[in-house]
Amino acid sequence: MLEEENGVDPRLQAISAAIRVVPHFPKPGIMFNDITPLLLRPEVFKDVVEIFVDRYRDMGIAAVAGIEARGFIFGPSIALAIGAKFIPLRKPRKLPGEVISETYVLEYGTDCLEMHVGAVQPGERILIIDDVIATGGTLSAAIRLLERAGAEVVECACLLGLPKFKAEWKARVHSCGVPSVASDVPLFIVRSFSCLLKEISC
Amino acid sequence: MSVCEEKKEEMKDDRIEGIASSIRVVPNFPKPGIMFQDITTLLLDPKAFKDAVDLFVERYTGRDVSVVAGIEARGFIFGPPIALAIGAKFIPLRKPRKLPGEVISEEYVLEYGTDCLEMHVGAVQPGERALVVDDLIATGGTLCAAINLLERVGAEVVECACVIEIPELKGRERLRDKPLYVLVETQ
Repeated sequence: MLEEENGVDPRLQAISAAIRVVPHFPKPGIMFNDITPLLLRPEVFKDVVEIFVDRYRDMGIAAVAGIEARGFIFGPSIALAIGAKFIPLRKPRKLPGEVISETYVLEYGTDCLEMHVGAVQPGERILIIDDVIATGGTLSAAIRLLERAGAEVVECACLLGLPKFKAEWKARVHSCGVPSVASDVPLFIVRSFSCLLKEISC
Repeated sequence: MSVCEEKKEEMKDDRIEGIASSIRVVPNFPKPGIMFQDITTLLLDPKAFKDAVDLFVERYTGRDVSVVAGIEARGFIFGPPIALAIGAKFIPLRKPRKLPGEVISEEYVLEYGTDCLEMHVGAVQPGERALVVDDLIATGGTLCAAINLLERVGAEVVECACVIEIPELKGRERLRDKPLYVLVETQ
C-alpha cells in the first residue's frame, strides 16, 4: 500500500479526510465508504489521479479497465494521462454489440460483469480500476474477463480497501474453482479502511 | 478569418472528424429500430478520446465554471476529466438508491413510464456555475431532469455538453433556453 511504501505522503491525509462513512447503507449493519466528497475537492481528486498516473505511466499499460460505475470516475483520467485505452466493464445488457460475460458470487445470489469482444487484444497489459475493494468478488470477475480475452492483468488499483484484503483476496480467487493466474495479480490500494464492509454493488 | 484563426478551425475540424469516425453505430439496440450510438469505440482510441475532452476543456476554461455534473453512467466517463482540467468539482447524478446519505430526486418521463435522477444534498452551493455532461442527447429528458436538480439548489446551469446529438429527436428544443454544445450530430 502507498502508505507503507512512502512513509508520510502529505496527500494521503487529505484523501482520507475526503471520504465519508455513511452508516447502514445500503442496508443495516453496513458502513458505506462514500468517495463523492473527494470529488468535490478538485485538488484532492487531482492528487488521487496523480498517484495512480505516477505509478502506472511507465508500465507499458495498453488499457485501463474501469468497473461500472465508480470505476468510470477514476479510470478515464488515468487512461488519458498514460495514453491508454479505456474499457468500461459493465452490468448486463448495457454494452451494445458482442460481449463476453462473467458471473460472480455475491453474499446472496450472483451478479454479472460484461466486456466488449475486441476491446483488448491478446497479450495487452491491462490495469483494472475500481473505487473500493471489499471482498474482491467484482475485481476477480474483471480479472477473469480480461484473462479470457488473452490479456495480462498487470495490477488492480483501488482508492480504498480493507487492511486484511490480501488474505481475503487470495482466498476469494481460489474459491472460484477456475484455474488461473489471477491470484498472482497484485493489488494497489491508496488508503485502507478498518470498518467491516461487505460486498456492495456499484 | 485571419490565417491563424483559419488554421485553428481546420485543426478543430480534423479533431471532430476523428471523433465522429471513432463512434460505432449498433443497429437494433437496445430494441429493434434503434440505431445505438456507441462511444466505447471512441474510448478505445486514445487520440480521439483526448481530443473530445480537450474540445470541451478549451470551451469551458476561464468561464468560471465550478461544477461539472455527470449523468450516470457514461457521463461519469467524460465529466471527471473535464472537471479536473478546469479545476471544478465533479458531481455524479445517479439512478435511485445509489447515492448514500441525503439526496434530492427529480422524476422524469420516459417513452413508457418514468425514471428518476438523484443528487447529493450539499454538493452544490447556490450561485455556482455548472455544466451538465453526458455522452449523448436524445429526447433531452434526462438532461432536463439534471438541469432541474441543479436549479432547485440554486445553481446556474451554464451549458449542457454532450459528445453526440440526435437532432431528429429534438432534445435541443426540450432544453428550451439552456445552451447545448455537442461535438457530433447524427444525420
